[in-house]
Amino acid sequence: MGVDAVSMFRRQGGCYVATFAVDEVRVLRKVATEVVGLLTDGFDHTDPVVGRLFPDAYPDDPAGTAEFRRYTEGDLKTAKIDQAGAVLAALPESAGGEVRLDAEAAEAWLRALNDARLAMGVRLEIRDGTDLGEELDDAVADDPTSSRVFQLSVYAYLGYLQESLLNAMID
Amino acid sequence: MGGMAAPQVAPVETPDTDEVPVEDRQWVTIVWDDPVNLMTYVTWVFQKLFGYSREKAEKLMLDVHHKGRAVVSSGARERMEHDASQLHAYGLWATVDRS
Repeated sequence: MGVDAVSMFRRQGGCYVATFAVDEVRVLRKVATEVVGLLTDGFDHTDPVVGRLFPDAYPDDPAGTAEFRRYTEGDLKTAKIDQAGAVLAALPESAGGEVRLDAEAAEAWLRALNDARLAMGVRLEIRDGTDLGEELDDAVADDPTSSRVFQLSVYAYLGYLQESLLNAMID
Repeated sequence: MGGMAAPQVAPVETPDTDEVPVEDRQWVTIVWDDPVNLMTYVTWVFQKLFGYSREKAEKLMLDVHHKGRAVVSSGARERMEHDASQLHAYGLWATVDRS
């Protein structure tokens, strides 16, 4: 399994703090790095993940969509790379340890965690009504060492982590 | 789109929108349901981006969730494109259309 436990964010003064195990740091570094890769070297409009992160503004109007892209895509891509970078920048160097986010970094994390979940959701073919627990049980029954088991557990983990950060920010 | 046409009601001129030229009022930003975004996150984004109250943001989120889509803002086309690109920055699935 990818991650055994989920660390929770809590508010501490004006910051949001969580203490991560080494496995969590490793997973977060991996997914944030993958998002950066997707947005730089691997950028490909025919990739459904890119299609989800950069949706067509005018589904029935390719010319309008292309025009919209021309004006917005550069900034959007930069913002997404920066927010993934904010995750990498806040993680402990190698081992586990504390992550402390100010309000700006916390928002970047929320958005970056969301991008990572969107990307994984496309790859894992998550649908409305998908029961993650069931999916995971099926995948484990199929082959507990499979990449799908790992990916599903990471996807679930990122959801819990995002929600924990959001709850700390809303409270 | 799921075959839901807007009800065709005889247009009534309302004077309280006279600030905005007619051609600038005819666009909307639509957010579509997707299976990944957390409900709490979508509500938070609506509050954050549009300054909507918790109640209004929650209602819009539930509309997206149950009806598959919701109009989250309306106005001039350029503003709607701005809103859509902001929503994309937050990972929401937004499109622009005529109202």
